[in-house]
Amino acid sequence: MTALGKLFRTTTFKLTLVYLTVFALFAAFLLGYFALNTRRLITEQITDTVNAEITGLSEQYRLGGIRRLVIVVDARARRPGSSLYLVTTFNGDALAGNVTALAPGILENQGWTETVYRRLDEAENQNRPARPEHEALVRVFQLPGGFRLLVGRDLEERERLYRIVLAAGRWSVAIVIVLGLAGGLFVSRRVLARVDAMTETTKTIMEGDLSGRLPVAGSGDELDRLAQNLNAMLERIEALMQGLKEVSDNIAHDLKTPLTRLRNRAEQALRAAGNDAEYRTALDATIEESDGLIRTFNALLMIARAESGQARDDMNEFDAAEIAHDIGELYEPLAEEKGISFKVEADAPARLKGNRELISQALANLVDNAIKYVEPQADAANGAAPEIVVRALNSGDRILLTVADTGPGIPVADRAHVVERFVRLEQSRSQPGSGLGLSLASAVARLHGGELTLEDNHPGLKSVIALPRGGPLQNAG
Amino acid sequence: MRILVIEDDRDAADYLVKAFREVGHVADAATDGEDGLAMALDGQYDILIVDRMLPKRDGLSVIGTLREKGIETPALILSALGQVDDRVKGLRAGGDDYLPKPYSFSELLARVEVLARRRGSRAEETVLRVGNLELNRLSHQVRRDTEEISLQPREFRLLEYLMQHAGQVVTRTMLLENVWDYHFDPQTNVIDVHISRLRSKIDKGFSQPLLHTVRGAGYMIRDGAR
Repeated sequence: MTALGKLFRTTTFKLTLVYLTVFALFAAFLLGYFALNTRRLITEQITDTVNAEITGLSEQYRLGGIRRLVIVVDARARRPGSSLYLVTTFNGDALAGNVTALAPGILENQGWTETVYRRLDEAENQNRPARPEHEALVRVFQLPGGFRLLVGRDLEERERLYRIVLAAGRWSVAIVIVLGLAGGLFVSRRVLARVDAMTETTKTIMEGDLSGRLPVAGSGDELDRLAQNLNAMLERIEALMQGLKEVSDNIAHDLKTPLTRLRNRAEQALRAAGNDAEYRTALDATIEESDGLIRTFNALLMIARAESGQARDDMNEFDAAEIAHDIGELYEPLAEEKGISFKVEADAPARLKGNRELISQALANLVDNAIKYVEPQADAANGAAPEIVVRALNSGDRILLTVADTGPGIPVADRAHVVERFVRLEQSRSQPGSGLGLSLASAVARLHGGELTLEDNHPGLKSVIALPRGGPLQNAG
Repeated sequence: MRILVIEDDRDAADYLVKAFREVGHVADAATDGEDGLAMALDGQYDILIVDRMLPKRDGLSVIGTLREKGIETPALILSALGQVDDRVKGLRAGGDDYLPKPYSFSELLARVEVLARRRGSRAEETVLRVGNLELNRLSHQVRRDTEEISLQPREFRLLEYLMQHAGQVVTRTMLLENVWDYHFDPQTNVIDVHISRLRSKIDKGFSQPLLHTVRGAGYMIRDGAR
């Protein structure tokens, strides 16, 4: 496609053409209307003048007969720029007047006619073959006594004005078209240049380089807004892709380890097991290992689901304080068994809109983590009482679900990091769990338009799930 | 007990049929929705195990059609989907229980046995008895022999559920679903701690324990004397 062809195909150019056509048609119509009306107006003026003269002249005839009429007509006909006059006898012989070479039969018709004529003085002056060159609008009036009176006005003025207006019309339409086309081409080229730049960037992005961004001119026009929105979209896609890549890396790493263990154990049993009991032990271990794998896999699916926003359809209003009590009730015996004092402080109702099951699970994960990491012996050595407190609080337009423990806490530098999938700090590798608890809690919080933050509990860790009261829509966008 | 397995994966179906037969049930398999529906329409099965995604006719439609025809054979839905909303969809379509894949056979067996006996169950009884343990659902009183046992509300519901299914294996997941109404994995085995608390309340000081741990499966309350 040639550059010009491409230009002609742009929407801008096509719009310009449509606009131009409409505008040119309008201009032509306007000037045509003007021309016709001017012509009609002039015709009316002529008619009025001629009528007045005929009234005047027939009055002269009535007062002084044909003689007086001839004198008056002769006098008037000699004035420069005068009307056209002709007085004839019954059989058409001219008695007075300043016109000749009328079209045949004119005098026979009473009333208005357009005709060719020649002025008498003109023929004499220019000394050339007499030819009826001019046009006139004339009225023939029958005088009493068989005489005929013809009065008329030259039409040249009218025709000239008409032609001038028509010419003006043609020129302006032509100029409109030329300027419009030029303007359209200019604008289209500018737009096309920007769109081309965008297309170029898009191509590199499609080739796999997600870091490309569309150029923004900075004028804040519609193309800029489009580019900004597309850039925001690209930003999000890039973040998602990056996340996806990290996940698959982590899945590869964290699922391969237990899979390898699983395989090794089965191989080992096949090679070395001597009796049924040993086979049984190996198989039990295999099943346990695969249960762990399934658990990790389920947790991953849950996170994926929370992150996809699918669960947004499944939101109802409920009391977060109730959830705090329920989850507390579920975990309290476990904490107590470990020698940790466990409290739930959620007395005031904390109603919010959300997915009850997911929020319960998020809170359960935080409590589960707290129970895992609090070390009663270490706390006792430091003189602190091992304790976990679950709270549901109203805080402005947000509901806070917090779990505070007296465990080792998480260093500030690691806090953002541990929320990511599969991250378990080195010192906690020996603890059971998929390492997905915090990631899921964080994904659930984000699904609801809220966030998970980790704070210092002096000593210990305080995990806070902050959720907007009205559900995700309040905070979306 | 007669069990119909409707599952398009022939290996999985064969495995289930074999496993059910090993524990003393009669089991048949159908490998697509139409066959499964035709077999289930006879109404001679005590329970149906239905995979959600089947050739010719999907599992939910099989169950829906049966229910329309007035056949109320309990149905357990197996699904690879396993999300909470899929579970709700399955139960709404007329399924009686829902188990996400992959599952352990002991979990499936426990659920199947509970489901199959549900119709003759003790859901309507006011007083549940196992041996000399007695639970009154109206007065919320629990006594063993002559001794009054005081339970927390949740412990009461836990015991009530176990006693409703006395003599049957109840898995941890079933307890979490039916007593706590949670459908997620609590990571740590919190249920075990609750059971041991309950056990200390009802069995401590008695020579004959009632609450038993079934290894690799779950728990069961039964009168050991019988």
